[in-house]
Amino acid sequence: MMKAGIPSPLALRLREPAILPGFGLAMGITLTLLLLIVLLPLIALVVKAAGAGPADILAIATSPRTLAALKLSFGAALLAACVNVVFGLIIAWVLVRYEFPGRRILDAAVDLPFALPTAVAGIALTAIYAQNGWVGRLFAPYDIKIAYTPLGVLVALIFIGLPFVVRSVQPVLADIERDIEEAAVLLGASRARIVFRVVLPLVFPSLITGFVLAFARAVGEYGSVIFIAGNVPMMSEIAPLLIVIKLEQFDYAGAAVVAMMMLLASFVLIFLINGLQAWSRRRLGDV
Amino acid sequence: MSEQRPATPPLPPRERVGQEHRLIRAVLIVVVLAFLSLFLFMPLATVFIEALSRGVMPYRAAILDADALAAMRLTGLVALVAVSVNVVFGLAASWAIARFDFRGKNLLISLIDLPLSISPVISGLIYILLFGAQGLFGPWLKARGFEVVFALPGIVLATVFVTFPYVARELIPHMQSQGKADEEAALSLGASGWRVFFRITLPNVTWSLLYGVLLCNARAMGEFGAVSVVSGRIRGVTTTLPLHVEILYNEYNAPAAFAVASLLALLALVTLALKVALEWRYREERALSR
Repeated sequence: MMKAGIPSPLALRLREPAILPGFGLAMGITLTLLLLIVLLPLIALVVKAAGAGPADILAIATSPRTLAALKLSFGAALLAACVNVVFGLIIAWVLVRYEFPGRRILDAAVDLPFALPTAVAGIALTAIYAQNGWVGRLFAPYDIKIAYTPLGVLVALIFIGLPFVVRSVQPVLADIERDIEEAAVLLGASRARIVFRVVLPLVFPSLITGFVLAFARAVGEYGSVIFIAGNVPMMSEIAPLLIVIKLEQFDYAGAAVVAMMMLLASFVLIFLINGLQAWSRRRLGDV
Repeated sequence: MSEQRPATPPLPPRERVGQEHRLIRAVLIVVVLAFLSLFLFMPLATVFIEALSRGVMPYRAAILDADALAAMRLTGLVALVAVSVNVVFGLAASWAIARFDFRGKNLLISLIDLPLSISPVISGLIYILLFGAQGLFGPWLKARGFEVVFALPGIVLATVFVTFPYVARELIPHMQSQGKADEEAALSLGASGWRVFFRITLPNVTWSLLYGVLLCNARAMGEFGAVSVVSGRIRGVTTTLPLHVEILYNEYNAPAAFAVASLLALLALVTLALKVALEWRYREERALSR
C-alpha cells in the first residue's frame, strides 16, 4: 500500500496503480478458475489431437465422412445465419418501429431459444416438421421432406440462432436518431432510398455481429439438431454428432482431431468476418 | 440537478416522417408473425399438446416417475453448483477487469468468452480427454476411487464450462459503466475493502447480477450436448432432465418424453417472465448504463 501513490519508474508495468484494494484476490480467483475449467481442458484437447500423429490426423481429417459432416455443419450454420440476418432484421425493425397489439409478447418471445433447453426444441421441431406434423404435412404432397433431412438441420439452426441477430440489431436500430431520416425526407429522398441508403448502413455492423454470434452458436449446436436430422452418415450427420460417435467407439484421438478441425475452422471464419466488420466500420465511419 | 425543459415545439405526427406505407407495415408484421409462429410458437405449443395427448393421468405418471424425480434433483443440484461458481467467478472477474487497468485485459475478456464459441459436445469431450479412462488424469484418479467422468463431478464441470461467461458478461460492462468514484469515496472515508464491496458495489450491480444468474440457471438446467457426452446415461443416477427426455424419446415413449419436456418448457417460460420483470424493475439503471 505504501507505494500505491508513487509512479513506478519502470515503463513496463503489469498494472496501473489504483486506490481500490482486492486486485490480487479478484485476479487470483479469475485466473485460477479460468485456467482449471477452460484453458487446461482445452490444452488437453490440443495435446490429444496432436498426439494422434500426422498420418492418422491426415486420414481422419480427409475421410469422406468427416468432410461430409463438417460441410453440413458449416454449410447449414452459414445458411441459417443468413436466413436469420434477413428475418432478424425484419423482426427487430417491426419491434422497434411499429406499434401493434401483442408487440411486447413478441419481443419477450424472441428470447425463447435462449431459454428453451435444446433437447426440448429438438423434439418439438421434429414433431412439427415431420411428415405427419403441422408444417411437414403441408410439404408432404410436394414430396418435400423437412425432418430427417439436411433441411431439418437448417430448421433447427434457424431456431437456435434467431435471438442473436434480433438482440444485436434491436438496440442499434432504436438508437438511430430520427433527425437524419427527417433530413433525408426534406432533401427529397424516397422512403425506400432512406431505408436502404441511410438506415441499413447504420445497422450493418450490428447485423454482422449478430451473424457471427448466430453462426458460432449454430455450427456447434447438437441438442436441437440430432432429433430432427435423421443422422444418416454422409447425408444428415453433423460434425458434433460425429465426435460423439467416435467417443462412443472409444476413438478418443479421432474425436479430438474432428473437434480441433471444427474449432480451427470456426475461429478462422469468425476472425475473417470480424475483419469484414472492422472494415465496414472504417468505411462507413464509426457508428 | 433540476433540469428545466423548454417547451417542445409540436412535432409532426410520427406517422408522417420515417414510416413505411401502411400496406408495407401490415405485410412486415404478418411476415414476423408467420416466422415466429413457425419457429417459436408452434414448437412451444406442440410440447404441451403432445405432453397431454394421452390425458392427465399418464402425464402425472411420467413426471412423478422415480427416474424423472431423480433427474429433477440432479438437474437442480448441478444448476445450483454451476450458478454458485458463476457468481463467484463473475464478481471476481468483473472487480478485476472493471476496477483496475492492467496489461492483457482484452485477451482476458476474450478468454472468458471463449466457451461461447465452442460446441457443447467439445465442452464435454475435453473433460473426457482429461478425466476419462484413457485421459491424462483419469487412471490416476480412478486408482484412488475418484470418478469424474460418467459421474456427478463430470456433469458439473461440463455445465460450469458451458455457462462459464454468463454472469461475468453481464457484470463487466455494467460495472465499467458505473465507474469507481463511489467506491473510492467510501474507501477514503474509512470503509474497509469488503465493506465497500458489499455496501456499494454489490447493490449497484444487483440487476446485472440477477440477470446473469437467470440466464446461467436456464442454460445450466437445459444443457444437453456437453452433459450427454460426460454423463454415461446411468438411468436415475447420471441423467439430468434433458437427458431423461432424450432417453424416453428414443424408447419411442413420446408422450412421456414430452411430459418431462413440458416441465423444461415451463422453466423456459418462467425464465422469460422473470427476465421481462427484471428489465422492467431495473429499467432506470439499465437506461443509465447504456
